[in-house]
Amino acid sequence: MRVESNAPQGDGHHEGHNGDREDGLHGAPNDRSASEHAVAPDGLTDARGTSVSRRVLLTGAAGVAAGALVSVLPGAAVGQGGTSAGASTPPPAPSRVPADPGSMLGAPTSAQGMRAAAVNPARVPVGAVSGSSRSPLGELTGTITPSDLHFERHHAGVPALDAATHRLVIHGLVDRPMEFSVDDIRRLPQVSRTYFIECSGNGRAPFKSPKPETTAQAAAGMTSNTEWTGVPLATLFREVGVKREASWFLAEGADACHMTRSVPVEKGWEDAMVVWAQNGEPLRPAQGYPLRLLLPGWEGNINLKWLRRLELGTQPWMTRWETSVYTDPLLGDTARQFSFVIDAKSVITSPSFPDVIGTRGWRPVTGLAWSGRGRIARVEVSTDGGASWHDAELSGTPQPKAHVRFQYMWNWRGEEALLLSRATDETGQVQPTRTALIDVRGPGTDYHFNAIVGWRVQPDGAVFYHGTT
Amino acid sequence: MRRHLSSAALVLLAAGCNSPAADGDQSPAASAAPAVPAALATFERYDAAAVPGGPGPGKRYALGTAASTSVIARWNTDVGAQGTELPPGKGSVGEGSALYTSLCASCHGVGGVGGIAPNPPLVGRDSSAEGFRFARDPQLTKTIGNYWPYATTLFDYIKRAMPLATPGSLTDSQVYALTAYLLAANQVIADTTTLDADALRAVRMPYRDRFVRDDRTGGPGVR
Repeated sequence: MRVESNAPQGDGHHEGHNGDREDGLHGAPNDRSASEHAVAPDGLTDARGTSVSRRVLLTGAAGVAAGALVSVLPGAAVGQGGTSAGASTPPPAPSRVPADPGSMLGAPTSAQGMRAAAVNPARVPVGAVSGSSRSPLGELTGTITPSDLHFERHHAGVPALDAATHRLVIHGLVDRPMEFSVDDIRRLPQVSRTYFIECSGNGRAPFKSPKPETTAQAAAGMTSNTEWTGVPLATLFREVGVKREASWFLAEGADACHMTRSVPVEKGWEDAMVVWAQNGEPLRPAQGYPLRLLLPGWEGNINLKWLRRLELGTQPWMTRWETSVYTDPLLGDTARQFSFVIDAKSVITSPSFPDVIGTRGWRPVTGLAWSGRGRIARVEVSTDGGASWHDAELSGTPQPKAHVRFQYMWNWRGEEALLLSRATDETGQVQPTRTALIDVRGPGTDYHFNAIVGWRVQPDGAVFYHGTT
Repeated sequence: MRRHLSSAALVLLAAGCNSPAADGDQSPAASAAPAVPAALATFERYDAAAVPGGPGPGKRYALGTAASTSVIARWNTDVGAQGTELPPGKGSVGEGSALYTSLCASCHGVGGVGGIAPNPPLVGRDSSAEGFRFARDPQLTKTIGNYWPYATTLFDYIKRAMPLATPGSLTDSQVYALTAYLLAANQVIADTTTLDADALRAVRMPYRDRFVRDDRTGGPGVR
């Protein structure tokens, strides 16, 4: 059961107070509530609260094109009431739940599946072009993020790229400057691995200014975890013959800002990949179609999408994205640069705001934990605000640089409670409190917000965000 | 520990890769690389012998084609911190001011002091925000003048990414002019300056030395 909230209908209502930073990561305390109130007339809900139903976008081949179009166009196109493709295609009859579903034939098979009408996890886009949208962590289970719910962050929109003509050029300090088509890359040995990607600005607003009405999506939805398929960058390095003296490479995207980041060559040999598929299908446009650089465990921005060029050199390029942003001010009047690695972190996703726990008794306190340095070794849960901690169960075998789900069984008897989670990774790094982070890095610390957070449960069952640990 | 292992293996591997040897030559990397614990899961030894049926150790698949010089020339416009790649052309603060007004002010605000969200202010040398005290005071606003470490970054970014809707539409001289205007507005260079490659390379940003490398290493403690 969810608390009714007064989020306005329609699109773009987050922009005014959330788009006030370059990162666009402020605010959006009620991401999830927007989708819950955007119910289309046919009973289906749309991610953006417009009249375009998800069904229209998923109908056959036309649906593919329409879906791509929605992803390609700046948010304005959707915000203005739908795409022309959506508007011109009459929607099929809406599915309604009959009184006795078993008394009649069911729906036929379909070209592409869709979610049950009553199930509508959704990102909520913030910002039209230089925008972001968070994964609805409070509505997801397990560890794999559905591809269409993987968080987005881009700085000049999602480009419309053609995989048939797209090229990856590798040059600079190499024996053989080469260009690879997407088909060339798909013909190299394939590797599939599951990794999280987290934006290093994840959780900025609730870290800087914790508010009770903050969903798990708003608190931590800039992390997602999927299976990626592609070629090890090491394979491409061997194909071109990376020279011994190369120590950094520049990665460049084909988007409108031609995103560039400098990467130590060592990471390229270690576990970097050039991926072309996610969760078993080609990358979605918002995730870098047709090629993306994947640097496991490193901050989201450097997992460069729409990859078109790698240049091998001997020093970092000092691009805008590694100087004026994605650098972390420190006490001592300096700023940490090339802060690539994501620290150990966890978040309880259930219960979370805006849940109202209607029944006393047993329930799992469950969530996600991850570290950019390797495996999660331990997650502890507290139900009393950190006075006592208990080991949670880690579901399955934790994988390096991937989300792991944890759970702790909790018998709620109606008391006020403060639920917290604390992750420890295999290096022994323990997730710190917000106070500890601020003590070390200062109140103006920016990026890499891995503080312990949690949820306050009131005696009436209402659950609210708690960020002041 | 991981970094050490991977560095050691890297040296060996790079030596093998650097060899101009044709397909079929045995690379020393495959046999000489130290055993990397499976837990580290690196690709350093994942070469052409790693997958059954492949061409074998030290060989290449030889997919892809030689990169055309035209595509490299078209895309390789990056300008690094030393500015060695800066192209010919020049532009003055005055020219940049006029260009800024017509092309940039609608998003970044008149004078660059703040525009439409989420575009941050470009210009500002408010004395209260000097001294790189950003960690101490979350209210301070970063600008080009009080934060950016390299002036060359401005040229690189404007050229590749601006104006937002028509990136790549500026001439190199226009990019020099806009760079000059923004540096002058941030009191880094004089209002009478004309920037070209040499002049831009010579610009030193006020807080260049405040950037430090990441000292977080994992393990206990907060950094």
